[in-house]
Amino acid sequence: MLYRETGLFKTSYQADQALFTLTQDRILIGLILLVAFAIVPFMVNDYWSKAILLPFLIYSLVALGLNILVGYCGQISLGTGGFMAVGAYGAYKLMTGFPDMNLILVVVLSGGIAAAVGVLFGLPSLRIKGFYLAVATLAAQFFLIWMFNKVPWFYNYEMSQITVPPREVFGVLVTGPNSEPASQYLFTLSFVVFFTWIAMNLVRGRIGRGWMSIRDRDIAAELLGIKPLQTKLSAFAVSSFYVGMGGALVFTIWLGSVEATEAFDIQQSFFVLFAIIIGGLGSILGSFLGAAFMSLMPVVLKLILVDGVGVVPVDAKHIEIILVGVLIIVFLINEPAGMARMWQIFKEKMRLWPFPY
Amino acid sequence: MKLKSLAILAASAAVLATSVTVTPASAYEYMVPQLVYRTGPYAPNGIPLANGFIDYMNMLNERDGGINGVKVKVVECETAYNTKVSVECYENLKNEGDSGALVFNPHSTGVTYALIPKATSDEIPILSMGYGRTSAADGTVFPYIFNFPTTYWSQASAFIKYIGDREGGMDKLKGKKIALVYHNSAYGKEPIKTLEVLGEKYGYELMLLPVDHPGQEQKATWLQVRRGKPDWVFMWGWGVMNQVAIKEAAGIRFPMDKFIGVWWSGSENDVAPAGEAANGYLAGTMHAPGSDFAAIDAIKKYVYAKGNGAGEESRVGEVLYNRGMLEAVFTAEAINNAVNIHGTKEIRGKHVRDGLEALEMTEADFARIGLKGFMKPFKVTCEDHEGGGPVAIQQWNAKDGKWVMVSDWIEPMKDIIRTLVKEDAAAFAKENNITPRNCG
Repeated sequence: MLYRETGLFKTSYQADQALFTLTQDRILIGLILLVAFAIVPFMVNDYWSKAILLPFLIYSLVALGLNILVGYCGQISLGTGGFMAVGAYGAYKLMTGFPDMNLILVVVLSGGIAAAVGVLFGLPSLRIKGFYLAVATLAAQFFLIWMFNKVPWFYNYEMSQITVPPREVFGVLVTGPNSEPASQYLFTLSFVVFFTWIAMNLVRGRIGRGWMSIRDRDIAAELLGIKPLQTKLSAFAVSSFYVGMGGALVFTIWLGSVEATEAFDIQQSFFVLFAIIIGGLGSILGSFLGAAFMSLMPVVLKLILVDGVGVVPVDAKHIEIILVGVLIIVFLINEPAGMARMWQIFKEKMRLWPFPY
Repeated sequence: MKLKSLAILAASAAVLATSVTVTPASAYEYMVPQLVYRTGPYAPNGIPLANGFIDYMNMLNERDGGINGVKVKVVECETAYNTKVSVECYENLKNEGDSGALVFNPHSTGVTYALIPKATSDEIPILSMGYGRTSAADGTVFPYIFNFPTTYWSQASAFIKYIGDREGGMDKLKGKKIALVYHNSAYGKEPIKTLEVLGEKYGYELMLLPVDHPGQEQKATWLQVRRGKPDWVFMWGWGVMNQVAIKEAAGIRFPMDKFIGVWWSGSENDVAPAGEAANGYLAGTMHAPGSDFAAIDAIKKYVYAKGNGAGEESRVGEVLYNRGMLEAVFTAEAINNAVNIHGTKEIRGKHVRDGLEALEMTEADFARIGLKGFMKPFKVTCEDHEGGGPVAIQQWNAKDGKWVMVSDWIEPMKDIIRTLVKEDAAAFAKENNITPRNCG
């Protein structure tokens, strides 16, 4: 009842090709964007920004990137942490090397550097597949982190911990300790919204269809004239671009100071991979849901257990470790296709509500 | 189906409702946050450290009714030694309570690095006691960061003095080989520069052996030690890494009395797994080991005897327990100073900063606290946030299961270290557009 396409007539190709064909969807997305851009910035404080919104937004961007590679193109990657580190250290080198460069450009260029590195490490994907590729990308993870810790040039010959210098965008401070939480949030949000829009269009266009055909059956795709070289490498490039931008944002906006071995270790790669598996492989929405689940669940559990119920912090941590594990299993058993699929089922139910048959 | 889920919901709501502890509207309290790690690969070291801190504060609350009659509320936040979680903890706790966070103890060098800019802008002092960024000892550039009583660089220079003494003179260091086994992170890399600078001066050769987090795998490292045959091994380790290193050193029969750990690598937990083989292992320290102090008796009497201890009573007096307690002592003294300076009991973080800067610990102060002979007196100033406290060497006696001090207090090479600190702080100030304040 609430959610149906009855009465919606598409009278032009443009309407048929719109991102959201349903009026309800458009209203919902419009409302979310309105709240996110116009209301949240006035309410956000340090805690909401640093502990909840920034991690969620940044991990969404990273998950989106990995989803392009794993969910849409079917190439498993465990090198996410490494590519994030490329973005972070790229941003650091650009910011310290060219102090006048606009931060927007810095983040995009860092993504570009990560894309180039991603292509390089994507080359083996032409020969090896599945689990073997996962192992090859694992090598990227370890090599990149080792390199950033080992070669002093990357951290300007100081301590291996890199710290972000204060930078302004359009006259508003967005990096460093004195920046307002709202400006940091808006900066990140703009990136996430803009590149989500790009990704949505990418995956439904020629390039995205190429990725999906490679994922579904590579030999058949090849027979149809889709070149595996370009298709796979473009997936690696786009994916690493997103992941690299995410890494740059982790460093510049969220943490402000990182160390490759700690912030971008193998745990990060697993974290993001779990996020897209739980959220839904091959789904834009799934990337957001998965990132929300993985990054917010521990915080929410902690808030409920420690601040709400008054459990001793260490016990809460143990409970949290157990609960997150259990919840992942429960989710995967109930809905192996992820949270995005649950949303889809919900939508289908809403078409018939309140008269299901 | 519906009914069942409803029932579950109702049941869980009931559980939640009953388990919520109702706290009465309480009086003004001093809120001291603690970033602790009682889980994860660093927990063996994190637990005694956290216990020592909270026990001392609880003792003050029980015995004296807090500090100046105001109770101290210690709020722990579990970080598992993770920087991202620590940032969440920091933001969560900084405005907690009436007083707000008075002073942060990050308990991790990496986290300290991450929090330095933020805490400075929030006007909350960080007490990174014997860890963190060494150049924060320059109070003109880092007004809110304190790392007294002494730093990694001072400690490295003290180690060199100690082995010079053992070898029979500093000139005997020429041609010697020192291996540094270190945690491959900002923390582990801290002493490298100092050791390199001193190596040029005294002519010893430095061998760098990084160990990656968390440090459970060190076979290759110690194979290198065996092949390189260093005369001395220094270790900058933490958590599981320490235990593994000491076991591996025993495995290749490296003489334990030529193996010196940083003060974070010299606790009971670190040597216990190697058993008898760890006998004679050396470690730096900034305070005395053991539990023969009036303050510890007070903790046992006012906290453990009432069943409120944070850990097991048998572990009170361990090296890291004492260190956590020392942190609490300094925190309490700084809060007391702040109250005296500003003449009000309702203080905030920035007032405690002044209290920390005015901290002077004399023999009489230590005696008053119940820690006579616990450590050497020192004084913090506006310019010098390190206090210049000296370092001692302690040795593990496996038979008695005890750490024993085997050296006098060694003065660090102040002139060299201070120059390095100034250089590094100046570079940080330049990069972050900080104008050093005038301490004159």
